[in-house]
Amino acid sequence: MKASSPISSSTAAIEPATLHCQGQVCQCQGDWTLDGLETVDPRWRKVRWPTGAWRLDGSAIRTIDTTGALSLAMIIADREQAGHPLQQLDLREEHQALLDLVQERRASAGTAPASSASGGPLERLGQRIVFHSVHALDFLAFVGEAATAMGRLALRPNRFRWRALFGSIETAGVNALPIVGLLAFMMGVVIAYQSGQQLRVYGANIFIVELVALTMLRELAPLITAIIVAGRTGSSYTAQIGTMQVTEEVDALRTIGIRPMDLLVLPKLLALTIALPLLTVFADVLSVFGGMVMARALLDVSFSDFLDRFPQVVTPLSFLIGMGKAPVFAAIIALVGCYQGFQVRGGADSVGRQTTVSVVQSIFLVIAADALFSVILGGVGIWR
Amino acid sequence: MALKVMPGEVVIAVRGLRTQFGDAVIHDQLDLDIRHGEIVALVGGSGSGKTTLLRAIIMLLQPAAGSIELFGQQIVGIGDSAAFRLRRRFGMLFQQGALFSSLTVRENVAVPLREHTRLPMARIMEIADLKIALAGLAAEVGDKLPGELSGGMLKRAALARALALDPALLFLDEPTAGLDPVSAGAFDELVVQLKQSLGLTVVMVTHDLDTLWNATDRVAFLGERRVIGYAPMRELTQAQHPLIRAYFEGPRGRAAQEQACKAK
Repeated sequence: MKASSPISSSTAAIEPATLHCQGQVCQCQGDWTLDGLETVDPRWRKVRWPTGAWRLDGSAIRTIDTTGALSLAMIIADREQAGHPLQQLDLREEHQALLDLVQERRASAGTAPASSASGGPLERLGQRIVFHSVHALDFLAFVGEAATAMGRLALRPNRFRWRALFGSIETAGVNALPIVGLLAFMMGVVIAYQSGQQLRVYGANIFIVELVALTMLRELAPLITAIIVAGRTGSSYTAQIGTMQVTEEVDALRTIGIRPMDLLVLPKLLALTIALPLLTVFADVLSVFGGMVMARALLDVSFSDFLDRFPQVVTPLSFLIGMGKAPVFAAIIALVGCYQGFQVRGGADSVGRQTTVSVVQSIFLVIAADALFSVILGGVGIWR
Repeated sequence: MALKVMPGEVVIAVRGLRTQFGDAVIHDQLDLDIRHGEIVALVGGSGSGKTTLLRAIIMLLQPAAGSIELFGQQIVGIGDSAAFRLRRRFGMLFQQGALFSSLTVRENVAVPLREHTRLPMARIMEIADLKIALAGLAAEVGDKLPGELSGGMLKRAALARALALDPALLFLDEPTAGLDPVSAGAFDELVVQLKQSLGLTVVMVTHDLDTLWNATDRVAFLGERRVIGYAPMRELTQAQHPLIRAYFEGPRGRAAQEQACKAK
């Protein structure tokens, strides 16, 4: 029993657990512990088991722990199931007590139902379809709820949380100016450079104005701004609401009688619907400026030539089409961000997962909406 | 290994311990011996450094001075590989459970087994299921995520993880805090039962007076930056030190004592 003392066992060599059968008697020896069983086949496949009633002699077992007791319990249960009942069991008293505890606890815990995680590919496909359909419906319900809250707000505007609105405009709009401006400028440079290479071949340098202005104002400036804001602000909405969900702050709001929709969603939704169009104008200006810089450097189109031609080729309609998309993008980003925040369940892990989902979904939906805009506007014949 | 209780052997020996955060000295010249096979509780007022002492013993915090021996091995300034081997021999139940939220309960219990043994996966899961059963949970709890459990189940699941490697030493930080009296009583019973059948040594931080009376063999009272009383509960409540008297002689202390005497 020396090995069972805590101090000596750290230095004592481990004797691997062994099991040998002769006739109707099986004998166990060694350390029936986590260490002693580590190198042993847990199914004991090499053992020549006796048939019929048998005897297990474990009196020579040196030490035993719950892992060892579990092994013994499983051996006995397996043999009994195969029709070879155990007739006699010899164990030291304290080992027997541990085995009894393990057997009793295993019996009282029952067996877990078989996990249904592994289905065929068709089953998994079905599960995913159901999962996504449920979420799509949930999201629609959320949009509806936001719309009703908006209606309530229109009836009682004095209950609106203005401070939250202005705070959101500042963080989502004003603080995003540098990054949006820089990226829009670079987009203008890139577009002007790429198309300028082609235009120069045909000597059609001045057409750079149409190219840059229309691409930027109608398509790229609203899109790039929305993508930046989705990554920057949409993700922070999800993380904020998600963390509040984990710490039960959302429940606390409900208990106090504040609708989470009113406090957490509406100000963000309105703030983004105001801030994103403004950011888009800013992006328009800077991306066209980027194009102008490139046009002068590469194509000898001076600033004044560029600005003279600009109002001739760009109708206000082009500008307004770009601007008209921005509030739609803003609503998509804010609603997806907030919705995913409320989907957080459990802990830290879920916050991270929903934030990723939020960014991916809002960027996807923004681009899908943009495509839809192109189709519809093309359908009604508004090209310019 | 966890087997037969051999009273008398010192498992944890703390000598001249000094811990401090910046200028704030938490312990100074603290001595404490914990013997094998006992359930020892660390008590004391708020800020007396119970959890800090626990964290120093389980190598989460480097003491400023002094020595701590675990199973006869010095752990102040211990090397990484020696610390890894030593960590296999104790389990810790954190106050909030600290279960990994992305893993199911069974996977949580399997983490130490996967890290410290080379057992095949199927075997690890069998052992994990047994630990979940030993902690008094039904088998289907193994498939749940920590976020889906009640407070009492969470503590039991965390206990199952602490027991994963059949540790000789078990540390519990406020095991019954936040549990209803019935669950708390059941948890105390479980700890005593596990100690008896697995031969564990248990060190716990607790404020629960019922736990102190019903589950402990010895109680160490921390105050004035050291251990000012270390005795079985019955003797400790007779101590004359003003801090100890103030702690146990409030109405709650008396009620718990009367309850415990009646029960015996």
